Amino acid sequence: MPVDVAAEVIANRPLSSDYNVLALSAPEIAATALPGQFVMIKASARADPLLRRPFSIFEIARDGRGTPTAITVLSKRIGPSTSAIYDAAVGQRMACLGPLGRPFSVVDPPSEAWMIAGGVGLAPFATLTESLRARGVTTTLFYGARRARELFYLDFFRAHGVNLVLTTEDGSAGEKGRVVAPLDRALGSRSAGAPVMLYACGPEGMLAATARTAMKYSRTCQVSVERIMGCGLGGCYSCVVPMRSESGGFHHVRSCIAGPVLAADQIVWKG
Amino acid sequence: MDLSVRVGTLTLKNPVIAASGCFGYGVEYADIVDLSSLGAVAVKGLFLAEREGHPPPRIVETPAGMLNAIGLQGIGVHRFVEDKLPELRARGATVIVNVCGTTLDEYVEVSRILSDADGVAAIELNISCPNIKEGGIQFGCSLNGTFDVVSAVRKVTRLPVIPKLTPNVTDVASFARSAEDAGADAVSLVNTFLAMVIDVETRRPKISNVVGGLSGPAIRPIAVRMVYECRQAVKIPIIGMGGIADARDALEFMIAGATAVQVGTANFVDPFIWTKLLDGIREYMQRHAVANVSDLTGTVDTHAGDKEWISS
Repeated sequence: MPVDVAAEVIANRPLSSDYNVLALSAPEIAATALPGQFVMIKASARADPLLRRPFSIFEIARDGRGTPTAITVLSKRIGPSTSAIYDAAVGQRMACLGPLGRPFSVVDPPSEAWMIAGGVGLAPFATLTESLRARGVTTTLFYGARRARELFYLDFFRAHGVNLVLTTEDGSAGEKGRVVAPLDRALGSRSAGAPVMLYACGPEGMLAATARTAMKYSRTCQVSVERIMGCGLGGCYSCVVPMRSESGGFHHVRSCIAGPVLAADQIVWKG
Repeated sequence: MDLSVRVGTLTLKNPVIAASGCFGYGVEYADIVDLSSLGAVAVKGLFLAEREGHPPPRIVETPAGMLNAIGLQGIGVHRFVEDKLPELRARGATVIVNVCGTTLDEYVEVSRILSDADGVAAIELNISCPNIKEGGIQFGCSLNGTFDVVSAVRKVTRLPVIPKLTPNVTDVASFARSAEDAGADAVSLVNTFLAMVIDVETRRPKISNVVGGLSGPAIRPIAVRMVYECRQAVKIPIIGMGGIADARDALEFMIAGATAVQVGTANFVDPFIWTKLLDGIREYMQRHAVANVSDLTGTVDTHAGDKEWISS
């Protein structure tokens, strides 16, 4: 059950001029959060900007005894709320509602797990990595960004024994181009009998391309979608995603309660 | 201290109602909100059939508010009665159903089905959604249309009938009068203000429907004025809404003339707002020695001016 916490900012680490990692003291949320779930954060106590913003739970912080104490979110500054999150001062409080939404379904060995992340879409994969590695699942991260300095937390994933496949649009690190290209090659060279679960989060075009690639090789893919969300609880119907219906048409589902993790082959992708 | 209010034949345990379109079908909130603690729950608008609504993006944030064009996505009245109403009943919710129609006959048919269902306390007639072309607003923007749809529904139900009025007219009070003349038990107002937001970089509207309904604190003073005007024009109770975000805002609507209030957008910001609203109203009643919350309705003092006008 979600709780609303007046969470104190305990750390704010800028990763670039746009990206930051904000740590919020929220033991009640940290204790029950599952990989893929999200929180709704009200960055300003004022009426403007009015609404909360959804963020994947990036990391769970624990104290010396292993008790969850805090969550972090990975934010990219694109508007007033994310600017307030980028500029947040330690000691400030922000209303933080969560955990919300349906989490990833975490596989077990012998299945491998391949995570595909684009930009700020890296956010749900730190906690997923911890769950996968705790089960002994061989895990690979396909991670694309615009440029080398926007590839974050590589040391975290290396430290957890995650294989990294990196791409940048300008070629400044890893392969030049989009992340779906090496994914396609890797799936093409994997024997059909070797199980692998795909997990994807990132820009809509990348998710659609990943979904098509997964279907091409008959692999199951869970995507974490990002939509403009009003409430995070199913009240406003703003965050809908068109999903295939039995009649052959589509049905709008609320990504806040039916997702944010959805089956890639059930979504009606644009284009 | 008595927080109960009477809206026509309906008695609510308190004047705070979750606004239609902002609270799903109520059941979405049942785990975190005691639905029986609310004056009532106004569920999302229902047509006869299921509707998928508009494509996203459906909302955009605006200064101290938001613009929406959901397009009345909904499960239809039959599935509501079968799938949602039993849980609402079990949770002890007082249920107001928001009824939509593309034709007068559809309003009548949906209302008739709800009248036969167990657990509906009142019907709110949605004749004011600004976001769909076919129906609703065509009744709500015409005095005759308002009169016709209210009279037709009045004939088929014993439930309280509460038309929800649009602010997108020159004189909302005349629409309240039409509703009263047609036999409405109360009116609720205001629905959202038709508005538009454009991305200047792409020169495209920020929501797929091009235009949508503006809600939130930004509209509150206009909504208060409209409730005040309607209070002068009709005798039936008014359910006031528009940007209520705390107890003082709710009290402002009551003092302007509302018997009860609805809260919508603020529930998106704070789904735990309900106990805060009720606590704040109780605190005010204690401080001002108000025994019955209904005694506040329409008590605005517009004649204080000559001696102490804005002296503080």
